[in-house]
Amino acid sequence: MTPDSAVQLQKLGYDCLIEAGAGEKAGFADADYEAAGVSVVKTAAALWKDADIIAKVRIPNETELKRLTADKTLISFFNPAGNEEGMELAKAKGANVIAMEMVPRISRAQKMDALSSMANIAGYRAVIEAGNNYGRFFTGQITAAGKVPPAKVLVVGAGVAGLAAIGTSTSLGAITYAFDVRPEVAEQVESMGAEFVYLDFEEEAQDGAATGGYASVQSEEFRNAQLAKFRELAPEVDIVITTALIPNRPAPKLWTEDMVAAMKPGSVIVDLAAERGGNVEGTVMDEKVVTENGVTIIGYTDFPSRMASQASTLYATNIRHMMTDLTPEKDGQVVHNMEDDVIRGATVTYQGEITFPPPPPKIQAIAAQPKKEQPRELTPAEKREAEVAAFKAQTKSQVTLLAVGGGLILLAGLYAPASFMQHFIVFVLSVFVGFQVIWGVAHSLHTPLMAVTNAISSIIILGALMQIGSGSWLVILLAGLSVFMAGINIFGGFLVTRRMLAMFQKS
Amino acid sequence: MEFGFTTAAYVVAAVLFILSLGGLSGQESAKRAVWYGIAGMALAVFATLIGPGSGLWLLSVLLIAGGGIIGWYVAKKVEMTEMPQLVAAMHSLVGLAAVFVGFNAHFELVRVLGMEPEAREALTGFAELLAHKSVIEQNILRVELFLGIFIGAVTFTGSVVAYGKLAGKLTSAATKLPGGHALNAGAAALSVICLIWYFNSGGFFPLFIMTLAALFIGYHLIMGIGGADMPVVVSMLNSYSGWAAAAIGFSLGNDLLIVVGALVGSSGAILSYIMCKAMNRSFISVILGGFGGTTGPAMEIEGEQVAIDADGVATALNEADSVIIVPGYGMAVAQAQSAVADLTRKLRAAGKEVRFAIHPVAGRLPGHMNVLLAEAKVPYDIVMEMDEINEDFPSTDVVIVIGSNDIVNPAAQEDPNSPIAGMPVLEVWKAKQVFVSKRGQGTGYSGIENPLFYKENTRMFYGDAKASIDSLLPKIS
Repeated sequence: MTPDSAVQLQKLGYDCLIEAGAGEKAGFADADYEAAGVSVVKTAAALWKDADIIAKVRIPNETELKRLTADKTLISFFNPAGNEEGMELAKAKGANVIAMEMVPRISRAQKMDALSSMANIAGYRAVIEAGNNYGRFFTGQITAAGKVPPAKVLVVGAGVAGLAAIGTSTSLGAITYAFDVRPEVAEQVESMGAEFVYLDFEEEAQDGAATGGYASVQSEEFRNAQLAKFRELAPEVDIVITTALIPNRPAPKLWTEDMVAAMKPGSVIVDLAAERGGNVEGTVMDEKVVTENGVTIIGYTDFPSRMASQASTLYATNIRHMMTDLTPEKDGQVVHNMEDDVIRGATVTYQGEITFPPPPPKIQAIAAQPKKEQPRELTPAEKREAEVAAFKAQTKSQVTLLAVGGGLILLAGLYAPASFMQHFIVFVLSVFVGFQVIWGVAHSLHTPLMAVTNAISSIIILGALMQIGSGSWLVILLAGLSVFMAGINIFGGFLVTRRMLAMFQKS
Repeated sequence: MEFGFTTAAYVVAAVLFILSLGGLSGQESAKRAVWYGIAGMALAVFATLIGPGSGLWLLSVLLIAGGGIIGWYVAKKVEMTEMPQLVAAMHSLVGLAAVFVGFNAHFELVRVLGMEPEAREALTGFAELLAHKSVIEQNILRVELFLGIFIGAVTFTGSVVAYGKLAGKLTSAATKLPGGHALNAGAAALSVICLIWYFNSGGFFPLFIMTLAALFIGYHLIMGIGGADMPVVVSMLNSYSGWAAAAIGFSLGNDLLIVVGALVGSSGAILSYIMCKAMNRSFISVILGGFGGTTGPAMEIEGEQVAIDADGVATALNEADSVIIVPGYGMAVAQAQSAVADLTRKLRAAGKEVRFAIHPVAGRLPGHMNVLLAEAKVPYDIVMEMDEINEDFPSTDVVIVIGSNDIVNPAAQEDPNSPIAGMPVLEVWKAKQVFVSKRGQGTGYSGIENPLFYKENTRMFYGDAKASIDSLLPKIS
């Protein structure tokens, strides 16, 4: 709780209490709290006794849990998957416990997602810690004293912490690579300015939506491909930040001893998964170790505490949002609505029952990727068959057309005189040539095509010219008119075509 | 001159005409191709003038020159937006000329047949040709010139009506006389009767009746076809004018006329086919006019049309990286092509990718939009056909639809009951943002509601297309 969030909580109708000196390390003095209307309680024990709702950060220990009673609600990190005894104890006491890490990952719950808040801080701080232990610049520089190459940073796992680390690292000027088992986050990674490391591995991409936006366990082949890639990268990178966690499982070992050995002296590894055993072989939880070849491995787990003020502010806001959801009427009365997806998901014990693990949320964290319908690959045999069938059909229709057309022409030839047939042959061939030629005309030139065909269809002038000198005045008149009109057409058609074509320009 | 020389000239002219049409396959070769056409025509006319069978060549040259001056004047003056009208008007001239030449052939035939065999020997020119025909050949000649006159007459009135509709002198809506297609069928039947009658009697009267019937068919057929189907109509008339020339060529025994007539006829036929394909309609249904009945109730459209002002459009354009402009007949009506071209230049200068998507039936003439954009100096290599660009819409930031409606109607794909279901359309709605420049909320030519206007990523930019685009220009940085 910060003084700011305390004001907000009071608006919800609650009275606020705080343990004396609780905000000291985060830079909030008791006096600040008192000024915000919070009663400062001397000891933790008294606080546990007086308060109905207790909010804290760390997983509660046995003594603390024993102080719970049936009418109390505890909001805290709880690690329910690894804290059987804690849950049993809370259940025995009948208290309601909300575990902050169990807040489901849906849009509505983002404001109370303390894991994301803390991961954000951890990611940022990891880069800062790495920089602190790395004896060089992040950014490349060309100075009067020589050229400095930029640092190369590899971030493994592009979750919230990973993305925060990528953002921090790129903004410091390092060349940043990122890897994640979920290829769909590549876009996010690239949007942060890092380069996504792709594996040469063909596997049905798993759908991140199925696991609520978290990574899941990979197959053995995938793991091998991944390790091979890391082995390749290890000698190049200066800083490695690993953030790979799989919910409710020990952290996967991704950075093996030989990779650590392959790194340059002075390189830094920050293992954000140290709390769950670490992604790096050689990580010691809560400690900084330097290997024989001079690689620093940082296994701190208290990154949020190292940025206490920021962490407190974010966590207090998360808690306040949780309280807002628990107090729909804003009257200081907790309504523990087990129908609510978010509250149900985060609650681990409720009225003497263990309610962990929660049922899967009704709303998917990420919209499931629409299953791409792959057009069925035809086998070569089927393809050939289809081709042969198409060829046969084409041949059949062509032969039919030819037979019918040929038959008709032969029929005409039986009766028509030779002079007609000569012209007829010319006609049929011209139609064929016409069809062949016109199919090749560009679509954009259809208007010029019409104008030009217009002009040349005035070839009818030839007929008029042949008639004009022959016969009566009527014939001469009509032929003359025809010549005149065709003349308009010839000149008009060709000129306008030329005008149009001259306008077509390349850029 | 000898007959052989004329024939040789005709062969060369025919080759030149074929090269001329073939050259239109690309913008650059097209510029050369026109010269082939001109050379072919000059050669053909020259060879005929000096060849056997022609007379009064001075009068002919004068008439050609007179017509040429008018043609030259018209070609210089015409606006590119008026291209469809011009093409239609020129078709009507070819049709009328075909009718006249057909009549002349008839008069000459009658005159020659009326002569004594001795007198026939003394004939020159066209009459000499007729004089040597056998009886069967005369009968075939009758059929040929009958067909020539029929097609020519249909082309003539059809083109006049098409011209009137395109120029806005006639209503562009589909109008039919009471009786509808039965009238056309009646007129066609009458023509067939006339053919038999003429074939047996050889008199002028049945020919005349048939001409009237054909003129009526041309008029009534095209009156029954609406404005947006004009691309098909104009290319169909183009085709007819070619067939008319070919039929006359048969009756005159002139191979060049046959060759060119066949070339033009097949060209028009292919264009009609392409246009019909682009509208997913059969040629018959277009010619019979109007849209067929819907097969069920149209899909309900949800949402509302959201308007936007020039500032909003300008902001979106300034932020966009890729822009596609979809012009339609509305752009031609508003004469907005140069404003659009200015916009294109500005956007391209700002480093954005600007392209144009042209639907085959956009406008009132095949390739109409290409010509308009070319006139406004839009480079042709950024003007794309539907098939080339349709897949790029999902990766496009902004699409501006200017004065087109049915060709961007998603109902063609989404609503199986829509009258235009199955028609290939430009998939503009897949882009991130669509702006539709449109005069008002009305529906397009087909009267079909366009669900595009109601989509979430669509904004309506109301107003005259030219004024709208002009107001955008100063706001583009």
